[in-house]
Amino acid sequence: MSAITDKPTRINQLDALESESIFIIREVVAECKKVALLFSGGKDSAVLLKLAEKAFYPTPLPLTLLHIDTGHNYPEALSFRDKRAAECGAELVVRSVEDSIAQGRVQLASEDASRNAAQSVTLVDAISELGFDALLGGARRDEEKARAKERVFSHRDAFGSWNPKAQRPEPWTLYNARLKPNENVRVFPISNWTEIDIWHYIARENLELPPLYYTHKREVVRRGHQLWPVTHLTPPRPGDRIETLSVRYRTVGDMSCTCPVESIADNPEAIIAETLATSISERGATRMDDATDEASMELRKREGYF
Amino acid sequence: MGAPDRNPVRPAAGTDVLRFVTAGSVDDGKSTLIGRLLFDTQSIPSDQLVALKDASRRRGRGELDLALLTDGLEAEREQGITIDVAYRYFSTTKRHFVIADTPGHEQYTRNMVTGASNADCAVLLVDARRGILRQTRRHAFVCALLAVPHLVIAVNKMDLFEFDEKVFRTIEKDLRHLALELGAPDPIVIPVSSLLGDNIVTRSAQTPWYQGQTLLEVLETVDPARLDYAFRLPVQRVARQTGTLAIGRWHDFRGYQGQIAAGSVAVGDEVGVYPGGRRSTVKAVYAPGGEVSRAGAPSSITLELETQIDISRGSLIGSIETPPQESDAIIADLCWFSERAYDPRRRLLIKHMTRTERVVIEEIEYGIDIETLSKVAAPESFSQNDLGRVQLRAAKPLAFDLYRENRTTGAFILIDEASNETVAAGMIFSSALQG
Repeated sequence: MSAITDKPTRINQLDALESESIFIIREVVAECKKVALLFSGGKDSAVLLKLAEKAFYPTPLPLTLLHIDTGHNYPEALSFRDKRAAECGAELVVRSVEDSIAQGRVQLASEDASRNAAQSVTLVDAISELGFDALLGGARRDEEKARAKERVFSHRDAFGSWNPKAQRPEPWTLYNARLKPNENVRVFPISNWTEIDIWHYIARENLELPPLYYTHKREVVRRGHQLWPVTHLTPPRPGDRIETLSVRYRTVGDMSCTCPVESIADNPEAIIAETLATSISERGATRMDDATDEASMELRKREGYF
Repeated sequence: MGAPDRNPVRPAAGTDVLRFVTAGSVDDGKSTLIGRLLFDTQSIPSDQLVALKDASRRRGRGELDLALLTDGLEAEREQGITIDVAYRYFSTTKRHFVIADTPGHEQYTRNMVTGASNADCAVLLVDARRGILRQTRRHAFVCALLAVPHLVIAVNKMDLFEFDEKVFRTIEKDLRHLALELGAPDPIVIPVSSLLGDNIVTRSAQTPWYQGQTLLEVLETVDPARLDYAFRLPVQRVARQTGTLAIGRWHDFRGYQGQIAAGSVAVGDEVGVYPGGRRSTVKAVYAPGGEVSRAGAPSSITLELETQIDISRGSLIGSIETPPQESDAIIADLCWFSERAYDPRRRLLIKHMTRTERVVIEEIEYGIDIETLSKVAAPESFSQNDLGRVQLRAAKPLAFDLYRENRTTGAFILIDEASNETVAAGMIFSSALQG
């Protein structure tokens, strides 16, 4: 075989994304001491876990699964979380916002207030308790403005805080994971994936997801362009008209702040077709909190949010 | 402003991806150009479009100011500057695109180097009223330095000259001359109006004298193929399977994991392990989808060899016909990133692929005046955004290719050992002559 005449093999975009993510996951494990993968049971973390399994095959996963349970998670997501954790053989550690509230580390405005921001405290506490120096997360740059400028290796100080000006430049794929004591790095291996890439991958790899992602009947209330689910945390307001619709979730976050979309899609291919035809963004359709403040994601990240 | 038909042009699965970097100042209309590209390819979700119209009205920028789409972080808005490279994604039926949008102002060179480092193509903006500015020269220079394979230059605001061919041809001629002078690729030059959309996505009726492609057509058709064919696998980690759990096929398994930086590898190939050049034969190749007989760049793989030789993180497995160079002394072009100027007393590390070693800058050969782009006598130090050529000596030999031949195996960063900051990016020009 002559090296010179050996033309480069062209691989498609999904394979290229997969290999890029595996490279990043291996870099983290090679350079850091104790690595956790944030696993909520959501679709992005399910893809991330699959990529981690591929990265280390045939050897065992050299990382811990960590979930920050807000206490407002859908039970379907939690049972999927436990099932996948058992399958992949890695240790699953759960830390709960409820405990942070009981310890007085977090105070909420009301019992049913969104715990999306509060989980930052529990997360930062869990990192210092368990001594993680690196956390893998399933955030994507296409999700949100503040994410578009996020590094793949996002450097955080001992308080978990993100300072946009103190981030390290990342030319080529030369990531710098060196840390001082108590610092940690948040790493986003699927930074360059878009929502549609995630679904193409789920379809191709035949990945299991919580049933919430596929069509099901649910009681909802129409508010603006969003459908608010009727739950004990988001009860109907006086005068609301409750409808039972066929819906699915595009993102599965907290029960108190995530909305489903109307859909009869019952498999990944049908979801891909719907996603290609829709004109509204993932967060725009589903997040009760982001629409209110252009800078809310940036603020949460400064406070230690993922 | 007429909205395009909402007839989404979306990608087919299995198409490839083009990464391009955009450079130009706000005044050149870069933000408007990116906004126009996203808007005319129906890549802006409806809720973001509503937010954009809101923001346009609130800030007195008319009904829809596409420039606000790429508006940045709160911290940036407060200071009225862009701090950082932003990544954006869009697709057409032909291809997926990743835009690295680099700011034109502060920290300019550092950001452009970062954005250009992974780019298959650079899109530079020139304001037709002002022609080639020093900034244009710097942009083209950085593209040449970072070996970006394709250069596209959009001559913007042609609407202000009623799309006069003479205005365009004069600037085009100057641009070709500039590219030649700087050693940049021969540019594709396009007359455009980002404000009105001419020749961005749709062909302009105003430029019958222009026979070339629109910006989108260029981006859809330029070839992102790599030139670096010789096999290179920087080893990220060694996967071992030992103990009682390792039975059968995985008994005593030892796999070398990494992402192929160039070329391809097949079962039965003889490969070298660098530095050193010890040889072995490929026993098995595992790609993400399972065991394969051959894998090529940019696949992340696990390689099993017939014989067990000493390989660790930082080793480079590569072709024996075209081996990499080996030396502890290299000559390289540097771009200084850190706010803190280079201080020879501080300890530096070099991160080259997956290998990290102590390193010293033995000599600064010359600096580059970013305004005139001419060589200047060796400066005492480097400040943020400075460029120059240096001689480095690493604690141990490195296995590398020249940057102009391989943008992965020829690139490195320097890290300050005390602060852990990434202080510089470097491109290997040659091996240093000994003695």
